[in-house]
Amino acid sequence: MEHKYEKEYGCLILRMPAELDHHQSEFFKEEADQLLLKYPVRSLIFDFMDTCFMDSSGIGVIIGRCKNVRFSGGYVKAVHLNEQINRIFQLSGLKKIIEVE
Amino acid sequence: MEYLRNEMKMEFLALSANEGFARVAVGAFVAGLNPTVDELADLKTAVSEAVTNCIIHGYEQQEGKIWLSCCIEGRQVEITVADTGKGIKDIEQAREPLFTTKPELERSGMGFAFMEAFMDEVEVVSEPRKGTSVMMRKTIGEG
Ligand SMILES: Nc1ncnc2c1ncn2[C@@H]1O[C@H](COP(=O)(O)OP(=O)(O)O)[C@@H](O)[C@H]1O
Ligand SMILES: [Mg+2]
Repeated sequence: MEHKYEKEYGCLILRMPAELDHHQSEFFKEEADQLLLKYPVRSLIFDFMDTCFMDSSGIGVIIGRCKNVRFSGGYVKAVHLNEQINRIFQLSGLKKIIEVE
Repeated sequence: MEYLRNEMKMEFLALSANEGFARVAVGAFVAGLNPTVDELADLKTAVSEAVTNCIIHGYEQQEGKIWLSCCIEGRQVEITVADTGKGIKDIEQAREPLFTTKPELERSGMGFAFMEAFMDEVEVVSEPRKGTSVMMRKTIGEG
């Protein structure tokens, strides 16, 4: 997962896949969990810069990755959402639990 | 705009790699209706939800086939996604937001809720051990 994440000051930035559907989520989940195990960070940023599509599979993926960080009292943020993904965040209520920038 | 009538049917294996294929195929098929970016995203999201459900719930990630048809009548798009998998016992409960039978797979239970939010009409026909068919309609260009 080289170049797909950055880590600084206890914060992990995860670059989300091009399409966050069930198919691409499976690979992403595995990689993200390995990173979170290796770097037990306090804060997590989901970067949707390269992502053009997300469906309900993505919601479970995000909530699942948040859990550990939230236990340790860190913050979680999502950045660079396009219009479609923004609507998914809105409709699903994800916006109420994750800060969106 | 001239009155369009068009129809297509496809059959593909229940593989997660085909989720993206199904979205793109429907997107390309409806291009003649000149959908807006939002309308296209709505259709693609609904198709993605229905196809993913066949794979994860209908066939529980085992072998199977999925049938997708798309019918254009004027400005109305009708999409049907069907499997011959496990079927749904209680359709009303399945359609409730946040209801999922696979929380262990981190499913959010928002699939049907999204199909309903993004399409004008959603009909579900299902029988345990026989399979499930989801029919969705949306009129394009209503503004
Ligand atoms: N094609 C299908 N075959 C069998 N069961 C299905 C199918 N589609 C949906 N279901 C059932 O309906 C429930 C809700 O579906 P959905 O709203 O998409 O949420 P999720 O996929 O996150 O579980 C599923 O958990 C499953 O029990
Ligand atoms: Mg679903």
